[in-house]
Amino acid sequence: MINKVVENAEVAVRDIPDNAVLMLGGFGLSGIPENCINAILKKGIKGLTCISNNAGVDDFGIGLLLKSRQVKKMISSYVGENAEFERQLLSGELEVELIPQGTLAERCRAGGAGIPAFFTPAGYGTEVAEGKEVREFDGKKYLMEHWLKADFSIVKAWKGDTSGNLIYRGTARNFNPMMAAAGKITIAEVEELVSPGELDPNHIHTPGIYVQRIFQGKNYEKRIEQKTITKAS
Amino acid sequence: MLDKIGIAKRIAQEVRDGMYINLGIGIPTLVANYIPKALNVVLQSENGLLGIGPFPTEENVDADLINAGKQTITMMPGSSLFSSAESFGMIRGGHVDLTILGAMEVSEAGDIANWKVPGKMVKGMGGAMDLVASAKNIIVAMQHCSKDGASKLLKQCTLPITGLKCVKKIVTDLAVLDVIPEGGFKLLERAPGVSVDEIRKATEGKLIVSGEIPEIKF
Repeated sequence: MINKVVENAEVAVRDIPDNAVLMLGGFGLSGIPENCINAILKKGIKGLTCISNNAGVDDFGIGLLLKSRQVKKMISSYVGENAEFERQLLSGELEVELIPQGTLAERCRAGGAGIPAFFTPAGYGTEVAEGKEVREFDGKKYLMEHWLKADFSIVKAWKGDTSGNLIYRGTARNFNPMMAAAGKITIAEVEELVSPGELDPNHIHTPGIYVQRIFQGKNYEKRIEQKTITKAS
Repeated sequence: MLDKIGIAKRIAQEVRDGMYINLGIGIPTLVANYIPKALNVVLQSENGLLGIGPFPTEENVDADLINAGKQTITMMPGSSLFSSAESFGMIRGGHVDLTILGAMEVSEAGDIANWKVPGKMVKGMGGAMDLVASAKNIIVAMQHCSKDGASKLLKQCTLPITGLKCVKKIVTDLAVLDVIPEGGFKLLERAPGVSVDEIRKATEGKLIVSGEIPEIKF
């Protein structure tokens, strides 16, 4: 099997240049590539375009890269939990493109699957439709949306093997599989890295063909945004 | 008048056995607490889960299991997990039977505005535009009027639109109304202690009242 293992996050992100277009997996703070975000922060590259459903919080996730002014543009569906984000947006330091969540997911999927455009009803009749081709199918109006691709896709999985096969856990899967397929170079960080044969092929979510670099991450914080509990009776 | 829990309880009466349901953030999330136990329904979370269970106990909190509002959750037996693309595929494909969400404004044509207020920080539409564009049946939970008394059931929405001609039913603190295909809010039920006249005054859009309007029963 092809060995794609790199030593750590620093090595995995070593050649990401200024002004790169990145996809970063995760929904809220769940399933985000914590190790790579920290390595990008340390590396100090600037002018990044980040495609990610959310923008982290002030002191965690992509919020860290916003604080250090490394992000030029965010492409997201919801960015509501971040005060520094709001400040930079209002002052014009940060560009933002907001995309309906399902359209964002499908644009990433299309990028990885070689589909340049598709039609979706989401956003028809709204400001999202401005400048987009509208077409009618069976009496209903749809917008044409284009694929999204990234110079580097950075994803987080639960388990992976040395040839890049990935398994996600719970709702931490979210955008990770589509983004893994839509990167020219895809970096996967995993909680547990195993040898080929240790993962059941029946259970693989992302086949290794999409992944160029993989490493076992460390010190996962896996922060929770809204801890909500039921009192034990 | 109904409080938030009253609105949630009334919407729960619309739930039928065997439904797959997507609940939005806020009052819609509360609806889950009032669905009769005898009904078998499956709740969808658009970040990639069918089968949302109750909030976890302290020792069962899991960072890898959250709902679309980013709250920690559990899974019911028989749940399934999937990607965001698959999740919105099932939404767009019309496989979800009922969508319950909040709104800032609804028009008499069934247009909904619930994502953006000019002059305020734009947080994003999240999955709202996808949901309203594709759902077969949308029930809106909302306050009938704003805090300063202005109607939120309008001839035309004034805020940026989330989706056109999609709302089927509205449950407010004052009333239950259907949005009818030819346009207009058809009054079905009154909240306890609220008169038809009060509802008429609170509704800027076309209100259709025919016959006796019963009070909501719980």
